[in-house]
Order: sequence, then structure tokens, then C-alpha cells
Amino acid sequence: MVSVENAELNKQLTFAKNKILRKTLLFLLPSLVILLIFFIGPIIMTFFFAFTNMSLTGTTAQSIDFVGFQNFVSMFSDPNFKTSFITTMVFLIFSGIIGQQVLGFLLAVLMKNKNKTFRKFVGGTVMAGWVTPEIIVAFTFVSFLHDGGTLNQFLSWFGVEPISWLFTFPMVSVVVANIWKGSALSMLMFQSALDNIPFSVEEAAKIDGANRWQRMWRITIPMIKNTIFTNLVIITLGTLGVFTLIYTMTGGGPANATATLPIFMYEQAFVNYQLGYGTAISLVILIIGIIISLIYIRLLKTDD
Amino acid sequence: MKNNKTQQIIPYIILSVIAVLFIVPLLWVIFASFDAQATQVIKWPDEVTLDNYASVILDPANQRAFLIGIFLSGGQTLLVVLLSLLAAYPLSRFPLKNKQKFMLAILFMTSLPITAVMVPVYQLFLFLNLHDSLMGTLLFLTASQLPFGIWIMKNFIDGVPVDLEESAWIDGASLLVGMRKIVAPLMIPGIFTVSIFVFIGSWGNFFVPYILLQSPSKLPASVTIYQFFGQYGYAAYGQLAAYSILYMLPAFILFFFAQNHMSRGFTMGGAAKG
Repeated sequence: MVSVENAELNKQLTFAKNKILRKTLLFLLPSLVILLIFFIGPIIMTFFFAFTNMSLTGTTAQSIDFVGFQNFVSMFSDPNFKTSFITTMVFLIFSGIIGQQVLGFLLAVLMKNKNKTFRKFVGGTVMAGWVTPEIIVAFTFVSFLHDGGTLNQFLSWFGVEPISWLFTFPMVSVVVANIWKGSALSMLMFQSALDNIPFSVEEAAKIDGANRWQRMWRITIPMIKNTIFTNLVIITLGTLGVFTLIYTMTGGGPANATATLPIFMYEQAFVNYQLGYGTAISLVILIIGIIISLIYIRLLKTDD
Repeated sequence: MKNNKTQQIIPYIILSVIAVLFIVPLLWVIFASFDAQATQVIKWPDEVTLDNYASVILDPANQRAFLIGIFLSGGQTLLVVLLSLLAAYPLSRFPLKNKQKFMLAILFMTSLPITAVMVPVYQLFLFLNLHDSLMGTLLFLTASQLPFGIWIMKNFIDGVPVDLEESAWIDGASLLVGMRKIVAPLMIPGIFTVSIFVFIGSWGNFFVPYILLQSPSKLPASVTIYQFFGQYGYAAYGQLAAYSILYMLPAFILFFFAQNHMSRGFTMGGAAKG
């Protein structure tokens, strides 16, 4: 009897509680309005304007016409788009997937169980890259890699002639700068994943005679598989949107060698004033982003 | 035994080399900023001077750019924290029907690259007559980080037991008093986490103000420092370095004081912030 009464009482309490809490739904309102106008609005507009001939100057600035798939037809026949797409993939793979991921993992593995002060110092230098604003990263690397910069000065001690890194190896330059800027994220993620591996598991493998490599490949990596995937997706999304670093380091040049899709989009929309075409390029970036985000959410869901 | 010892030393050597590689580019900025005759090569100044700093700080245009930067980044941080706290409360406490789907949509929005929507945002700003408006830029910046703020705040409120508030309500406290007196103090770590991520991201944000603002008098430090680089970058290295240090300072100070909250932001899926 008592339990039935209790259940009834609980039900009433929950009801009263929800009545109070119902008012709080209003708290959601300001956020929803701002998100609708400034976040969801532009996303919907991307899908809309990508099919128009909108431009900033000339006759098409006044009247916008639907042009169907024309922007996409010209995009796929534009050799610059193809180059830009490949450039984006190269930047993504080398600076993000290989560079940041591998360096972050290496740092986390090497730092495990090391002297605390030393750990803090190394971690601090890597974190400094993350805290440094992108423009400053660009400045420091432009001067570091300059003809008369620190790197060439250093190499001259070994008799190497000065190299114009930003002109001869522009892609390598931006890749290195982006690794410097972004490896901290991977390092932190891998550090917390490695800390979560129970000590006993590694100890057991050690006793069973597994060597360093076997422990790494058979135990550590399988156990942090989820972190690796999650990190991969986050890095991909972050690298896909990199604009400032490349724009301020090389401006996408020389000769479009570092013009990734965001740079190409910017040039078409704001330098050539072809907003419609620029939006079509945005849509391509957005769709790649949406697909990867959906994979990301899928991963997190299976994680729980 | 000897083999074991070298094996222990190798990681220290590799890590030290990596640390040096990370530190050298920044050391150049620090040394050059105090150097009367700075060049692109890292070197200890022959003549240590504060002139570079003085000329940057005393320029009224730079002062204004810094103030605008603080207005945009501080305002964005404040708005994101406030709005996301409010929004996260019912999302955590009230049994909404499609809450899970809503939270997934929020998570989805945290991970989208903002770069991709800047062209339509520019069109929206022309359409709403918000182009070159600081308030408009502030609102867009706020929107861009709101999903992240809501996501983190909701996770933090979930961790505050609802019983505490209920007993306060029974004692006659109103809903808002309960929120302010019980939830808010326990939310300080969450507020810190959101603030650091939003402020550091915003302070370094060049692309958004570069696209949405036009008048030289409205540009924040992130854009004016780029223009300074374009105009004097190849002549006045010392000044550029001093400007860079001054510009980096707010982000580094904030990071230094609040770094312990960082890892929480990462583990809660906030690492999408580039």
C-alpha cells in the first residue's frame, strides 16, 4: 500500500516540478532566435544562392536569377577548381591526418609516465602553438622560412644555400605551420585516452613477454581505437575550414599552389565578385563538412 | 642494464627536440620585439629597447583596434556564456520530447566549419543592412559559438543534482533564485571552460571581421595587425614583433590562468574549435 501511495505522490511531485520547469522553456528562446537567423539561415541560403548568378557588381548585382546547375557545371569544368580540390586533400592529409594526428600521438606516448615538470614543459610548448592566433603563426613562419630567416641561417652552418621555402616549397611550408598550430589538440586527446588504459592490462602483457611494439600494436592502439577515429574526424573538420593561416602566409600562391577550397571560395566571391559561384564552392565545402560531421556524431553515439 | 638506460633516455631526447622546434619560432618574436635592429633571424638583441612597444602602444589607431577587439571578443564570450547557460537549463532539467535529437543537432552544429558559410553570411548581412556593423558582427560571432556553449553547459548542468534546487524550492525560493544561488556557483568550471574556448577562438578570429567589417575605424586588432604586416611587415620587424606579442598577450594570460579547465572542454567534444 505504502509503495502505491508513494508512487502516486511521486507522480504528483514530478507534475508540480514540471509545471515550474515549463516556464524555463522560455530561456531557450534567445538562443533559438539567434541560431535561426545567423547560423541556420546562412546554411539554408547556401543551398539557395548556389543556384543563382548573384554577383557584387554589374547587372546581376541588382537582379538575381536562378541559373540551375550552371555554377556547378562551370565549377566542374574549371581546372582551378580541380587543382583547388586536390590541394585541399593534400593539405588535409599531410597537415591534419598524418601531421597533427601522428605527432600528437607520438607526443602523448612519449610523455606517458615521464617526469612531471618535463611533461609540463614539453606540453606547454606544444600548447603555445594552439593559443597563438593564426595570423601570428603565419608571421612567425613567414620570417622563420624567409630567404634570410632563421631556418636558412641554421642550414648555412652546414653549407646549404638559402632556399626560398615559401616559393619553392609553399605546400610544405603551410603544412608545417598548420602542424605547429594544431598538434596540441591531438596530444591532449591521446593523453587522456592513454591515461584511461588500465595499468594492469599493460603489466599483464609485459609479464606475458610482449615487447614494446607488440604492446603498442596489439594492446594500446586497439584500446584507443575510438579516440583515433574521433580525433581523425575532428582534425578533418578543423583542417577543412583553415583559411587565415594559408591566406596570410601565402595568399594561396604562388600560382595557386596553396589555394585550398576556402581560399578559392574567397577569391571567387570577394575578389572576382562572383557571389553565386563563390556560394557554390561554399556548398561543396559545406557538404563535405556535413558528411564528416554526421560520421562524427555516429561515432560518438556508438561510443556511449 | 645499459641498454635499458638508453631506452629510457631516448624519449627525453626526442621530446626535447620537439619542444625546441615548437619554441624557436616564438622565441624569434620575443627577441625581435625588444630589438632596435630586428631582422628575420632569431638573435639576442644587440641593443635592448622598448621603443617597438612604445610606438605600437602609443598609436591611437592601434589602441582603438585593441578596444574593438576586446569589445567583440569580450562581448561574444559574455553573450555565449549567458545565452547558453539559459538555454542549457531547460535542456538539462525539463523532460522535453525530442531532447536527444535536439542535442544531436547542436552537436552537429558545433562541428561544421564556419568558413564554409561566410559567403552566404556576407549576403545575409547585405540583405539585413548589417554589413560593416559591429553589433551585427558580434551577433554572428555569438551564433557561431552558441552550439558549443550549449553543448558544454548542458553537460555541466547535468552534473548538478536537481535535489539541491528542489529543496530550495520547498524552502520557498523561486526558480530564478534557485538557478542563481545553487546552479550558478556549481557551474563555475563550466563557465570557465566555455569562456576560454570562446575568447581565445574569437580573439584570434581574422576571417569573420575581415569579411563583415569594412571601415578602418571599426576593425579589430586581428585585422589591423594583418594590414600592418602588409604595409610595414618587411621593414619594421621589431614593431611587428612587438605588436604580435601585445596581440597574443590576452589569449596567453587567459590560458595561463584557466588551463586546468581546458581538458574538460576537450573531453566533452569541444575539440572541434580550431
